[in-house]
Amino acid sequence: MTSYALFLGCTIPARQPHYELSARKALKKLGIELVDLEGMSCCAPPPLQSIDLETSLAIAANNICTAEEADLNIVTLCTGCFESLAMANTLLKEKRELKARVNKILSTAGKEFKGSKEVRHYLQVLMNDVGLDCLRQSVVKPLGKLKVAAFSGCHILRPSELLRFDDPERPRVFDTLIEALGAKSIWYKNKLKCCGGLLRGYADDVALAIARDKIVNATNAGADCISTLCPFCFLTLDLGQMLIKTTYKEEYNMPIIHYAELLCLSLGVEPKELAIDFHKVKIDKVLEKIG
Amino acid sequence: MAEEKQEKDTGLNFPKEITRRLGGETIAFCYQCGTCASSCPVTKVTDRFNPRQVIRLALLGKREEVLTDGAIWLCASCYNCQERCPQKVEIADVIYALRNISISEGKIPNIYIEFANALLSEGRIVPISKFLEKKRAEYGLPPLKPVGMEALRKILSATGFDKIMPKKGEPR
Repeated sequence: MTSYALFLGCTIPARQPHYELSARKALKKLGIELVDLEGMSCCAPPPLQSIDLETSLAIAANNICTAEEADLNIVTLCTGCFESLAMANTLLKEKRELKARVNKILSTAGKEFKGSKEVRHYLQVLMNDVGLDCLRQSVVKPLGKLKVAAFSGCHILRPSELLRFDDPERPRVFDTLIEALGAKSIWYKNKLKCCGGLLRGYADDVALAIARDKIVNATNAGADCISTLCPFCFLTLDLGQMLIKTTYKEEYNMPIIHYAELLCLSLGVEPKELAIDFHKVKIDKVLEKIG
Repeated sequence: MAEEKQEKDTGLNFPKEITRRLGGETIAFCYQCGTCASSCPVTKVTDRFNPRQVIRLALLGKREEVLTDGAIWLCASCYNCQERCPQKVEIADVIYALRNISISEGKIPNIYIEFANALLSEGRIVPISKFLEKKRAEYGLPPLKPVGMEALRKILSATGFDKIMPKKGEPR
């Protein structure tokens, strides 16, 4: 059995138990062991990088150290956590001076970044550890009729130079994994563009205008749902539709579903086991279509 | 005082200051082609932010304008511009460097004060509520493992993060 240190981050456990629950169930079914380690903190995402980049690198490195001490590679669910940790891991493995600078900070806490472990997103675990063939064989309820607008979000793809997840302009991994469940991954306008989520709280009007674009484009392309990987994208598009309703007087009812939830459904997990109450836009239409 | 300020505003000290910052190293490679602005999801919906313009003003040494007109806080950190820049200017990282400078001078939007305080007290920027803790248990999710606060506090003290005592109020 392949084991990973599960890096949960802040938003998923605090706001989106439906994501955590479905990811844990699906990965367990597919033979991946997730280890919850003590001592992790926030990953130091863009809001903290905005305050101080050096501190953020040290916080990310400290989290990686915890996995190094446990001799485990890290898997993340949140793409924001993936970006912070994978970026720090690559930078510190490859830039000796920066590593020395960060290790000087870490030494005050008795820690040292060695660079002996990998940071993976769970899609990489599905692709590389589980494998597409095994995944396809594990599907007991193919999502045959479902047209899915894949929305990976920014921070699993970019900056590609450091994250090395997929081609940033023509990515295939997420679409391939959606199609492995039997669903159709459809093209829609501005598919790879940002959801605007990080502007929430500072410029809500701008964030909402960007989110609305996303919903409109997926709707026009005939999607049954938008599938997400990032908890911020989910929040921005799901809760965002309530705000679009009050601000723009428009109603889309576009279900937003984390990929881990689609994965669970295709693996035969019953919807009632999946905390689907946490969706603001109800997903009944999608469940009906899956049958 | 006035003379000093003027020199800061018109001289080339500002680009040098940015270049010395983590994230800001590549700013001087910009040749103003505008690929960034045409790739930017924010520029598409508002005229309050244009990455090419931020870089231009910074390279012209317009320190006060860049740090106070609010534009630097409107970057969504999506890295689309950085990915496409033909000059390999790390634009999103340059914006971080500018935000870092702004914050080191006490000019920090309220939302970031909230993030900083949550990190300092809980080690998380989205603290977990009693309601969610109860929900998690109902769904059979394991209790959250404790955050390594001791190590985190030492790191935040070593970099001076815990000394950032921001004054409230958004930069305008």
